[in-house]
Amino acid sequence: MNNFLKIQNLSVKVENKKIINDLNLDIKKGEVHAIMGPNGSGKSTLSNVLAGKSGYTIIEGSVDFCGEDLISLEPNERANKGIFLAFQYPVEIPGVTNINFIKTALDSNRKFRGLDPIKPGDFLKLVKEKSEILGIPEDRLKRQLNVGFSGGEKKRNEALQLMILNPLLAILDETDSGLDVDAFKIVADTINSTRSNDNSLLVITHYQRLLERIKPDIVHIFIDGSIVESGGPELAAEIENNGFERFANA
Amino acid sequence: MSDNQEKLSENDFKDPYEFGFETDIESDFAPKGLNEDVIRFISNKKNEPSWLLDWRLDAYKRWLTMTEPDWSSVRYPSIDYQDSYYYSAPKDSEKLESLDDVDPKLLETYNKLGIPLKEQEWLAGVAVDAVFDSVSVGTTFKERLKEDGVIFCSFSEAVKDYPELIKKYLGSVVPTTDNYFSTLNSAVFSDGSFVYIPPGVRCPMELSTYFRINAAGTGQFERTLVIADKDSYVSYLEGCTAPMRDEHQLHAAVVELVALEGAEIKYSTVQNWYPGDENGKGGVYNFVTKRGDCRGDNSKISWTQVETGSAITWKYPSCILRGNNSSGEFYSIAVSNNYQQVDSGTKMIHLGNNTSSRIISKGISTGNSSNTYRGLVSVHPKSKNSRNFTQCDSLLLTDSCSANTIPYIESKNYESIIEHEATSSKISEEQLFYCQQRGLDEEEAVSLIVNGFCKDVLQKLPMEFAVEAQKLLSVSLEGSVG
Ligand SMILES: Nc1ncnc2c1ncn2[C@@H]1O[C@H](COP(=O)(O)OP(=O)(O)O)[C@@H](O)[C@H]1O
Ligand SMILES: [Mg+2]
Repeated sequence: MNNFLKIQNLSVKVENKKIINDLNLDIKKGEVHAIMGPNGSGKSTLSNVLAGKSGYTIIEGSVDFCGEDLISLEPNERANKGIFLAFQYPVEIPGVTNINFIKTALDSNRKFRGLDPIKPGDFLKLVKEKSEILGIPEDRLKRQLNVGFSGGEKKRNEALQLMILNPLLAILDETDSGLDVDAFKIVADTINSTRSNDNSLLVITHYQRLLERIKPDIVHIFIDGSIVESGGPELAAEIENNGFERFANA
Repeated sequence: MSDNQEKLSENDFKDPYEFGFETDIESDFAPKGLNEDVIRFISNKKNEPSWLLDWRLDAYKRWLTMTEPDWSSVRYPSIDYQDSYYYSAPKDSEKLESLDDVDPKLLETYNKLGIPLKEQEWLAGVAVDAVFDSVSVGTTFKERLKEDGVIFCSFSEAVKDYPELIKKYLGSVVPTTDNYFSTLNSAVFSDGSFVYIPPGVRCPMELSTYFRINAAGTGQFERTLVIADKDSYVSYLEGCTAPMRDEHQLHAAVVELVALEGAEIKYSTVQNWYPGDENGKGGVYNFVTKRGDCRGDNSKISWTQVETGSAITWKYPSCILRGNNSSGEFYSIAVSNNYQQVDSGTKMIHLGNNTSSRIISKGISTGNSSNTYRGLVSVHPKSKNSRNFTQCDSLLLTDSCSANTIPYIESKNYESIIEHEATSSKISEEQLFYCQQRGLDEEEAVSLIVNGFCKDVLQKLPMEFAVEAQKLLSVSLEGSVG
């Protein structure tokens, strides 16, 4: 059995409002899944629940990750066990240098795996290499984390962290939104290059154009907190042309 | 654990008069309580010249007519000034046998701060021969300082060896009559540090009281005097990050800085006196008067402080900008946790022309604590072209703590430019979650965010102090998010 991420009959409420509704989702190792759904359907809520943000009540159901009950783990434990969330709206942390933050994150992860902190020289090399690929200038690494970054700069920075932390499961919450055409291509192709048989992607997006660059194995249509239909990439094309109307009325 | 040495207990001092301490000059401590005889005892003990005794007695008489200030936000049960020792309390009864007798929580903190064992013993008040590396390091430093003519010694030594300097400068910045606590200090001060930098000399190293371990036990009524003569420079470090065990509840230190023409003094403090337990029991009351006088033109005084300790902090390091073109700075981080109360800030008094001052205050409150910034910017009518910039930021970690910013601005010169910015924020769930999502646990996340919040001030500390201070911030805030 190839048990990776298994969500079963999951229902979640936020402040007495049910947002996730009897959701089932099974992602195997090495797979890329895409979720498409209208605004407010609960996609970010699902990402947050998987990453362990507080304030959500699990009414029912279970989430297993690599054979473990994910819900019982702290957010940092989930992160260190290989779950990465590229945030839809990355938060600003004043006074904390971008590069220091990334190193702190990597070292937490290494500590969890019983490794010493990465040597500053090795780290610098790694960061330089990855930021070059993503077109992130060096001075942005020295700036305070996300402070004054444009929407696109924030997204690129999320992609940089993804590259450096190299997680087992990366959840991309609308990472493509807010990027201009060139940035979009760079980020999409970079993310696509992280694909391997060992890690999986859960890509949340509104746009087929992303799925043209990161070819998903399965596309899910997500309405009112549950998956109403799953299929191949052709589903994404249908959404692009006709919207969610057919599904909303289903 | 008895030995044949006679140990003194508090019972021996129930009635000082019965004991007849005046004839007991040989003993190491004055009896409990405060009166002229106790002051004579202290002065005598130190072989002070009569002018200094008179100075103390004047202060004492003045003190008797004063009342404790009540304008600040701190609240505490009234202090019984007769229920204290003003010169070396009988220590032996307080000494511990070994680190095994020390509160394990305190030891844990020492370990987290990476303090070597020997120093832990000293800090915790274990009876050891207090000889460890830093003392000998201290002597080596002294030799080096001598070459440049820098004087760095205990206050008592300075009274003996440099009476002219003391006479000229003592009380010249903080007059004996200044305030209730400084006046008390003037009457009973025990010891402290003295620094003199000759004209044109740039002090070749950071001066740190930490190297003067022999000043142990003088923390209660410390007296510090730093004089930077023309065109000289000195950076002075005070305190240490370790929570120091101290049997005295009341602390009332006085620090006076004098910067002559073209001189610069940088005074950095990291203070972590015992703050009391989680329920607010115990802890040091810290009533400090710190003031710097930019006496000469083009002089500069800069205060940087990181305060995490004490049950009560009442402290306003100030600058008198007397010389033309002089400048004053105040950079402060004040952390309050549990039931700690902080009322702290600064005073910038602009007297000369083209004087400038800059205030950056970062208050972090958590638990049930209260944290008040209180600052005065005053511009004299004759002070032309003066400017001030003030920024006060408060960060709250819990719902049950409080933070206040109280700026007083008195501008009597319409040309002056005074800017004030204040923010108050809670540590956000979003920030915490973001850090945790990247693998940091909650405490690491809080520590990272708080250190970021304090960055502007931490940068002002000398390098090695800054590293220690960062660690201290993390340790002080442990278990504080709720
Ligand atoms: N903290 C919250 N409190 C109340 N309602 C919330 C909260 N977070 C999300 N919601 C609501 O849950 C629904 C789903 O939001 P979200 O997961 O952000 O949708 P999506 O990402 O699909 O656009 C929305 O109706 C939103 O208003
Ligand atoms: Mg969303």
